[in-house]
Amino acid sequence: MAAAVLVSLLMMVVDHRENHLQSLRSALSVIVAPLQQIASLPASSGEWLSETLSSRQTLQEENRALRKLNLKLKGRQQKLAALEAENMRLRELLDSSLKIGDQILIAELIAIDLDPYKQQVVINRGDNSGVFEGQAVLDANAVLGQVIRVDPFSSTVLMITDPSHALPVEVNRNGLRTIAMGTGRINELELPHLPNNSDIQVGDLLVTSGLGGHFPPGYPVAEITQVVNKPGQPFAHVLAKPSANLERAHEVLLVRTLTADPPAPSTEERTP
Amino acid sequence: MTVIPHRGGLIIIASFVLALVLTSLPLPEWIRPFRPAWCSLVLIYWCIAAPQRVGVGVGWFVGLLVDVMTNTLLGQHAMELAITAFIAVKLHQRIRLFPLWQQAFGVLLLLLLEEVLSTIVMGAIHRPASALSYWASPFIGMLLWPWIYIILRDLRRRFKVS
Repeated sequence: MAAAVLVSLLMMVVDHRENHLQSLRSALSVIVAPLQQIASLPASSGEWLSETLSSRQTLQEENRALRKLNLKLKGRQQKLAALEAENMRLRELLDSSLKIGDQILIAELIAIDLDPYKQQVVINRGDNSGVFEGQAVLDANAVLGQVIRVDPFSSTVLMITDPSHALPVEVNRNGLRTIAMGTGRINELELPHLPNNSDIQVGDLLVTSGLGGHFPPGYPVAEITQVVNKPGQPFAHVLAKPSANLERAHEVLLVRTLTADPPAPSTEERTP
Repeated sequence: MTVIPHRGGLIIIASFVLALVLTSLPLPEWIRPFRPAWCSLVLIYWCIAAPQRVGVGVGWFVGLLVDVMTNTLLGQHAMELAITAFIAVKLHQRIRLFPLWQQAFGVLLLLLLEEVLSTIVMGAIHRPASALSYWASPFIGMLLWPWIYIILRDLRRRFKVS
């Protein structure tokens, strides 16, 4: 008993301070992975059932709606191609570093609940699909988080609302740069470093600034929901609501920015 | 004196597998704090019913699997479950004789101890304290204990786990 507690304490310290236990975790995850598959069965089979049992009419309607949306998106895509080409030309004129583009990999969430104190999800792509630590994860609307651990066939994503996560952002309206911190609540981000007189309003869109090298710049993150200026405090109390569907996301996109220089190795984590 | 061969190891393993699956079964956000500690409940039962088979070692290993499964600090649940198993094995002869509701109170104390330990660990690594609603989980575990006890006891008798 004393031995078990001592070993556990030692493991906790080692696991927390350094990452020497990664291999042990990976080995044990081989045992745990089938159990996780079983745990996600009810959710995935429910989805399969509702898809199979839905009527022809519903499917046709959905098909029609999707086709319309596709057309709309294609139209926007045409403009995007032209804009991208123009951007490239201008960058070449300026002789600045070229952003070649983003490579996107689609992954599905494995429907399992992790530790309730952490805001993390597991996705079904791992080392075998070329996922790497620190990779940015998006859903259809906005930034969702970043990959923090890669196993052979799955990886763990830390969401932007986790209290240990900090994300470099800028206000889309005026380019004001700041950092968005997670609060631990699924629908709230905090911007603690904005002085009282900074130009920020309710409704402002926050986008990734790309500083820090982890997240590609220009992806939407959140919308400002509350700005409170207290005259006695040096900083304003600013809250934002993530635009991504953190609770309901089902498919996510893994983004890799193709640039000439390699991504910085450090993770943007708040030191305790 | 004859040596009685161990039987029904599969039943023990299966019950732990089911508990692990239930631990990570996806639930709606609002109901998540009320998820009972399935692994602890099953572990306590086997420690009381078959202390010669299930003890600190098994508890520690199951805890390690919980840590990997829920992505907590490696060793956190292992320590909690090892301590739980130790206490349960120490007191198994007494707990066995209690009526069910009294057992349930003992289980509540063990589950609360686990919650306290995990709060201490969380504090030590500077994670924010958990919401108050998470303290409901040991009480749900207490309410579930009689059913878990009866189900596992019937399984144990049926398959003659010894």
